[in-house]
Amino acid sequence: MSKSGTILYLDGVSVSFDGFRAINNLSLVLDKGEMRAIIGPNGAGKTTMMDIITGKTRPDAGEVYFDGTVDLTKHDEADIAMMGIGRKFQKPTVFESHTVEDNLVLALAGPRSIFPALFHRRSKAESQQIDDILATIRLEARRNDLAANLSHGQKQWLEIGMLLAQDPKLLLVDEPVAGMTDAETEETARLLKDIAKTHSVVVVEHDMHFVRELGVKVTCLHEGSVLSEGTLDSVSADERVIEVYLGR
Amino acid sequence: MITQRLFTGGSSSRILVVAVILAAVAVLVPVLHLAVPPSSPFHVPNYMVTLVGKYLTYALLALALDLVWGYCGILSLGHGAFFALGGYAMGMYLMRQIGDRGVYGNPILPDFMVFLNWNELPWFWYGFDQFWFAAIMIVLAPGALAFVFGWFAFRSRVTGVYLSIITQALTYALLLAFFRNDMGFGGNNGLTDFKDILGFNVQAPETRAGLFAASALALALALLITSAITRSKYGMLMIAVRDAESRTRFIGWRPENVKVFAFTVSAVMAGIAGALYVPQVGIINPGEFAPANSIEVVVWTAVGGRGTLVGPIIGALLVNGGKSWFTGVLPEYWLFALGGLFVAVTLFLPKGIVGTYDAWRAARRDAAERARTKAEEDAAPPPVDPVTGRPARNEDTAKAPSSDLAGGPAPQPAE
Repeated sequence: MSKSGTILYLDGVSVSFDGFRAINNLSLVLDKGEMRAIIGPNGAGKTTMMDIITGKTRPDAGEVYFDGTVDLTKHDEADIAMMGIGRKFQKPTVFESHTVEDNLVLALAGPRSIFPALFHRRSKAESQQIDDILATIRLEARRNDLAANLSHGQKQWLEIGMLLAQDPKLLLVDEPVAGMTDAETEETARLLKDIAKTHSVVVVEHDMHFVRELGVKVTCLHEGSVLSEGTLDSVSADERVIEVYLGR
Repeated sequence: MITQRLFTGGSSSRILVVAVILAAVAVLVPVLHLAVPPSSPFHVPNYMVTLVGKYLTYALLALALDLVWGYCGILSLGHGAFFALGGYAMGMYLMRQIGDRGVYGNPILPDFMVFLNWNELPWFWYGFDQFWFAAIMIVLAPGALAFVFGWFAFRSRVTGVYLSIITQALTYALLLAFFRNDMGFGGNNGLTDFKDILGFNVQAPETRAGLFAASALALALALLITSAITRSKYGMLMIAVRDAESRTRFIGWRPENVKVFAFTVSAVMAGIAGALYVPQVGIINPGEFAPANSIEVVVWTAVGGRGTLVGPIIGALLVNGGKSWFTGVLPEYWLFALGGLFVAVTLFLPKGIVGTYDAWRAARRDAAERARTKAEEDAAPPPVDPVTGRPARNEDTAKAPSSDLAGGPAPQPAE
């Protein structure tokens, strides 16, 4: 397989914890500008895969390349974030004692060292960016509220907004609609489709209605490797996938 | 809802008021001490100047701890070490100022070195006869130690109680080291019998008044600086690291750098506090490194309210004032009282005095705001949620989690 033209390239990746193979010879290729949904039962290795891509976990074997050229196994979380990979956690994680707006200020792309932060003054361009992101995630009305006071769904959106503020090339979104109402789920699908127009996106999700709504290529993971890949219809018709989901 | 906008670090007007009060005290107390005759009821007696001056240096130490604990979530149980190091640097300068007026009359060597039969000054005592050199060391010694310690601890991602325990071990290790005579810092007895500071007699009322004023001004300045730090984008970052370290990391910041900077700035402040403390009490010995001292600083900060800047100052003054009174009345029971105070504050005032006051005020403002919006709602049709197109529900905006009102972090469990 050629790495050129890919935003994310995983080949033969394995990692085990205390003898348990969380990821087993996993290979996955994501083209630039592609949105991909990843499904799989609990323990399939979805979150571990994200840990490997974002530098939290080092793989025991295999290649992990970003943008066709960058070996991600040689960098740490902060480096990888600065290269342009944004990650949303499974549990919404925002800075609860800051306002919605300040959450975005901290995430905005820019220098990440201490002294510029000490003497930082917000520029017009930055304020404009924040306004744009607030409009995209539809939280303009809550900009001065503490993030702690947002609803669960709004926190998910704020976290996605923080990813956007980073101006990443690739977004990894872990279970964005868990615990959301139907209306919120629809809204999130619209938001992600919107984002996918200008970014590469990997979405991990259990909610099949939501995955159908996204209408993108689906990869099903099981026991740390790819079980099936294709459209949602072809994947859900795959006997092995049915077996994994329904039990043998 | 605008009232939910919380002012971490207290409103800036409050900081300014306290700084102005401190500056006024820095002028007023020396005047009342020196210019008003002892017969007058307005006269501030000698012991009072020294006592309150000492408390002001404690307040500066508590403020330094608040920067790392209240804002960055680093519970240091070893801040007394930085205080003592600054104190030792000042003590070494004061020792060199004694000159040949010591018991043994040696113009170069301090008395304890003559007593130990040392023939020449150890290399690390060079330069301490100059005040400027001592002043640099007061900042450099605690700052460098904190930087190196923080660099290793935070890069290894040591957090929570584990970090607290190693800070405690740090101060304990220094305690044992400084007890040794071979270390060259006077061993058990430490450094004492000071004569002059910058050419003035340390015992003279004028000098004491000057040291008092310097302590109050240093505290005021430190308050303004910490307030500016906490209100900057870096300050927001400290709180972000405190509340969600991994989120900070995954948006590209390096939490270890944020923490090392805060820890170093805080240690420098603690060192300056120690340097102001030593000439006022007239002695520095290894007892200042005792782990219990560092824990007391945590109690002052908790009582006043961490993450409020003004709170730790109030806490340090109140607890130490209480200590002076209590040890006069029931000396044997002071430690029980201190322990009881900490338990009571943890149980009943987890946000401390200032934090609780802020929470109470915020709750009142929110209630007033709610009453106002309710009156408006009764008059107008219900607002429509922009996202769902359904009438907006108010429950998630109405319930403000009380633990976050004062910006005080919930105690972090060990990871």
